[in-house]
Amino acid sequence: MSIQANNPHQILSAGLGWTRLEIIFWLALLLPFVLTPSYLSLASQIAITALFAVSLDLILGYAGIVSMGHAAFFGLGAYTAGLISKAGWGEPLTGLVIAAALAALVGYGMSFIIARFRHLALIMITLGLGLLLHEAANSASWLTGGADGLQGVKIRPLFETFKFDLYGTTAYAYSLAGLFLMFLIARRLIHSPFGLALRGIRENWTRMPAIGADSQAHIRKIYTVSAAIAGVAGALLAQTTETVSLEVLSFQRSADVLVILILGGAGRLYGGIIGAIIYMVARDQFSGVNPQYWYFWIGLLLIAVVILLPNGILGGLSRLTVRWGGTWR
Amino acid sequence: MSSALSTKGLQKRFGSLVVAQDIAIELPHGVRYALIGPNGAGKTTLINLLTGMVRPDAGSILLGDADITALSAQTRVKRGLVRTFQINTLFPQLNALESVTLAVLEREGTSGIWWRRLPVHRDAIDEAFGILRSLGLADQCHRPTREMAYGEQRLVEIALALATKPRVLLLDEPAAGVPKEESAGLFTAIAGLSDALTILFIEHDMDVVFRFASRIIVMVSGRILVEGTPAEIAVDPRVREVYLGGVQHD
Ligand SMILES: Nc1ncnc2c1ncn2[C@@H]1O[C@H](COP(=O)(O)OP(=O)(O)O)[C@@H](O)[C@H]1O
Ligand SMILES: [Mg+2]
Repeated sequence: MSIQANNPHQILSAGLGWTRLEIIFWLALLLPFVLTPSYLSLASQIAITALFAVSLDLILGYAGIVSMGHAAFFGLGAYTAGLISKAGWGEPLTGLVIAAALAALVGYGMSFIIARFRHLALIMITLGLGLLLHEAANSASWLTGGADGLQGVKIRPLFETFKFDLYGTTAYAYSLAGLFLMFLIARRLIHSPFGLALRGIRENWTRMPAIGADSQAHIRKIYTVSAAIAGVAGALLAQTTETVSLEVLSFQRSADVLVILILGGAGRLYGGIIGAIIYMVARDQFSGVNPQYWYFWIGLLLIAVVILLPNGILGGLSRLTVRWGGTWR
Repeated sequence: MSSALSTKGLQKRFGSLVVAQDIAIELPHGVRYALIGPNGAGKTTLINLLTGMVRPDAGSILLGDADITALSAQTRVKRGLVRTFQINTLFPQLNALESVTLAVLEREGTSGIWWRRLPVHRDAIDEAFGILRSLGLADQCHRPTREMAYGEQRLVEIALALATKPRVLLLDEPAAGVPKEESAGLFTAIAGLSDALTILFIEHDMDVVFRFASRIIVMVSGRILVEGTPAEIAVDPRVREVYLGGVQHD
């Protein structure tokens, strides 16, 4: 697509429409239902991790805000969904909404601290938040089940019709729908004036106040949205697996999602999804062979990708596919 | 009528280095002021103080009649006090049109809208494009800023400032690093800006200063040495001392 240099509206509309490649991609995500019906539980977990990565992309990839403790919001969503179902409210959709609202609330509170810091300080603060929540959940075993995990989560059938079966058919359909809906919101958001402001913050933190921008207000807003989406992802996991383990709040989960996003390509919206597919399918395959070497290979892959493909796998791919239907934005 | 921008007793030190010493200036509405002085005189620091990017140790700053000393940098911009940077401070991966549109949206207060696509904001885009076109950047505005020629990037600096609709514009060496042949064009563009706009620019090239400034402030070692018309400054012995008598400037 050639851009006419002197039509400003065309310049700013470029790449915002749905490309053929995108539509094919989303349709392809339906294939597991027919091609690999015995892997639908894994597919569901991939969709959930992808959604978690999308939530991180909004703050890291678009606004340039590092988080080493994003599992805090994932875990918060998971425990909220688990606990309310245990308390007798097993309807999944309202459970998702409540989990998202609570994660958003905590995210909003935290955002007042987050918006004031950058770089190393931010890494330390978000790391601290993650560790803090993990330990709090560990200690409050009367509520969370501690290291044994939360038992007795019972989720009612989706729309009172589709039971969460052992094969994971409902689970994958539910997670995929959740991913897609949240993705639509994220996509609209990054194509909006607000999305442009976020990129402005990422590109030049100093210049923003000089054009009259209140960067801290922007950051508080996107951090809250990101926390809510991470909360939805966590809630999806709790509901589809009907259990919540302490692992949902672990540093490992925060680190994994960061790796997934950077592997896939940050700031591209699809990077987190591609990263999650590659990472989790590979881990599933490797775990049969020699699971102890998993992080060895991931370490190697991470170094290779950062050196060879600084914009992630998707950044590398997009150079090849521009001709084939536009860029992945 | 009160002046557009004024200061009283502005004071700033970095450690033991005094970079602003009892600075009192008054910029009348619509005047083109040049701020000159040797490197390290404290010119950039003065702009940082005026725009709220550095906090003064003492003194006050008035925009019109309003005391703005305690206001944040972005609030001052919203009130019409806007600067550009000596060293390009742009959005490298955004194209020029996106950058300037962002500045327009921030001014309009529509930059928080997340539920509408950017192209819906046609007026903001048209306005941004108009500013870029007036600076001769219409053909280049689709390119990422970091890929633009250096001189074009200097113009984007100015375009960003104009998009905020300033009342007082502080230009920190707008032609820094631009070849002499091109800098005249740049200053012609600046001179063509609205008469309602009060402008203070820092510049080392004396030909440019004498051509485009209606008044000149000379700063040396954190103090204002003298203020006057170009004719007065040209014959002032203290200025001659600074510029000819050993103190280096580039
Ligand atoms: N943030 C800072 N911290 C310490 N010293 C500074 C800082 N900013 C400027 N200076 C010093 O203040 C003096 C004035 O700098 P500056 O205002 O940039 O001068 P000019 O723009 O006139 O060349 C210089 O000696 C510079 O090194
Ligand atoms: Mg300077």
